[in-house]
Formats: sequence, structure tokens, C-alpha cells
Amino acid sequence: MKCRKCGEKAVINMPQHKLALCKQHYLEWMPEQTERFIQKYHMFGREDRILAAVSGGKDSLSLWDILWRLGYKCDGLYICLGIEGGVNYSAESQRLAEKFAEERGLRLRVYDIASEHGQTISEINARTSRGQNKPCSVCGMVKRQVMNRVAREEGYQVLVTGHNLDDEAAVLFGNTLNWAVGYLARQGPVLEANALGLARKAKPLCRFYEREMTAYALLSGIEYIYDECPYAVGSKSIYYKEILNKMEADRPGLKLTYYLSFLEAKKTGAFIKPADDEKEGMHTCPTCGQPTTAAGECSFCKMMTKIHGA
Amino acid sequence: MSVKLILRDKEYEVRPGMTIKHALEKIGVQSEGVLPTRNGEVLTEDEILREGDVIKLVAVISGG
Repeated sequence: MKCRKCGEKAVINMPQHKLALCKQHYLEWMPEQTERFIQKYHMFGREDRILAAVSGGKDSLSLWDILWRLGYKCDGLYICLGIEGGVNYSAESQRLAEKFAEERGLRLRVYDIASEHGQTISEINARTSRGQNKPCSVCGMVKRQVMNRVAREEGYQVLVTGHNLDDEAAVLFGNTLNWAVGYLARQGPVLEANALGLARKAKPLCRFYEREMTAYALLSGIEYIYDECPYAVGSKSIYYKEILNKMEADRPGLKLTYYLSFLEAKKTGAFIKPADDEKEGMHTCPTCGQPTTAAGECSFCKMMTKIHGA
Repeated sequence: MSVKLILRDKEYEVRPGMTIKHALEKIGVQSEGVLPTRNGEVLTEDEILREGDVIKLVAVISGG
């Protein structure tokens, strides 16, 4: 297979774009397309301070790499969850995030859950009923709380995450199966900030396939954590991704069309827009000041009160 | 059988002369879920496998 731009040997074929590229042109194409999506969805500008949530994985490190190459002012935030799983998962992912930042002279803020709150994610989960055997629910809540708080307190205009098209399509698929209309109405490339303290969030990689992100990381020489989170085994998101990939193999472009058609449907009013946040019962938590729809304290503070008081 | 394909800790063997796409179908691995590499070089799925090739299939899907 030949590169469409130069005729040299292609390293990646993207049937959804009817496009195959060599290494050089692929590594040019990715940042060009990312910039196009940043502009198309009005994600952020050159003067904005951006905070990238990085996990040490291929997507978040590739995102940070691309934003750095495009000249954006972008710092990183790594949240150490204290997950071991027999592969030193957190320690290794932190090492790779730090190595990445050091190689490029970038600023990485490390937030250690165990240091800040006295317990790892697994220990917190064991002391609450939220996540039962797997800490994924606790993990998600803690990460969102920390990302939002750091972005706000340190004055970043936008928080970016490395969610790719496969992630977005899997979430969309799950929300469609459950007709989670509220979540459907909120899903998109950008989530606006609100007066109650929600930080602005954007997903610059939302139109790239996971396969494309893997290729970018490999071809750029980015060292990322290859092992999966030990708790990810058997997760719904992976299950949905595999189903969507099966369909994609038969119908190239299906995942991209699914997501883009959803965005188009949203634009034309197919989903009910969320009511005003305050009317929905959103308020600021009296303990941490973060926005919440829970009565009284936010879920994070309630959980921390329970585990420290128990 | 003298072409090896490795995905995480699993090893598969196929005959040389077929494409990567065909080999993935034979071993029951989704092509969308892996990126084939040989000696660090990323390959497209029309690449024809040669005798003695060792193809590392880089798992693409992450989740949780």
C-alpha cells in the first residue's frame, strides 16, 4: 500500500478516510487534523492555559505531544491512584508521564491520592459501598473531582483529556442502549464551564480512532504504559468497543459516522438540552466548593467523611 | 507454519504467503483492535507475511 501523498510505503491505512500515509506524512497529518478540530469545535486558543490530564497512556501522552508541537501552552496533571495489580501499574504510568514531560521540558503536576487523602483508590473503594469489588466508580469520581479542582484553583482556561473516537463511540453506544438522555445531551467535544465552578473541558482527539492514536504514539517514539489497568478487564467500555470494532470491520467508517451523526442530531435539537444548572439542583459543595447535584455535601466529600470517620 | 504473531502473552503461528489481514482472520483477532509491527516497523494489513516473520500485534483497545 502506498502513501497517498508521496507514493512511498504506507504505514497506516485509514479506510474511513480512504487514506493511507507513510510515517512522515502521518506524523504531519495528525497535528494538522487536531488543529482543525480544535478550531472547528472552538476548543481553546493560543493564549489559553491548558491543563492536560495525563495517565501515562498512549492517548493522553500523544495529545500532550501534539499540543506541544502545535505550540499551545499546556501543562500536565497526573493523578496517582495507587493501583498495583501485580504490574506496578500506577508507579510505572507515573514514571512514563514524568519521563515524557522531562524529555520535552514540560510542567507535570503530580497529585497523589494516597498522600492527599491517606488511602489509595483500592483502599477507598474497600471502605465504601460505591464500587463494590472494582474501584472504577470511585476512581472516576475521584479523578473528575481532582481534575476539576486543580484546573480551577490553578487558573487554567480549559482542561483537556485524551478521549478518542472509540472512547466516545463506546460511551455513546452505552448511553443509547440505556437511553440516558441526560448524558446524551451533555456528550460532545466540548463541555462548557459554568458559574458554579465546573471547568471547561475539551477532547481534541475525539475524532481519531484508537488505532490511529496507537500508531501516532509508536511512530513518534512515545513510551507509554502498555499494560491495561488491572481493573479494566471485563469492563463494559471494552465490551462495547469490541462490538463496534466488529461492525467497523464490516462497514469501514461506521464508528466515525455514528459519532458525527450524533453530533449533528444534537445540533438540530434531537436531544433535550439540560435545564439551567441551578434549576437542576446544582450547587456548590459546602465543604470543598466543587459543583454538585447531590444534596448537601458532594459525593466525594461524603465518601471522604465516611472513610476517615469510619 | 513458520510465521509467528504475538499479542500480549499469546503466540500464534500461520503459514507464510498470506496477508496480515488474512492471518488475523485465521487466528480470530479483530484487525481494528491491533496494530501489526515487525522489528519496530508499523505495517498495513495488505503486507504479505514472509517465512520467519515475527509480527508483534500491538493491542490498541484501552478501557475501564
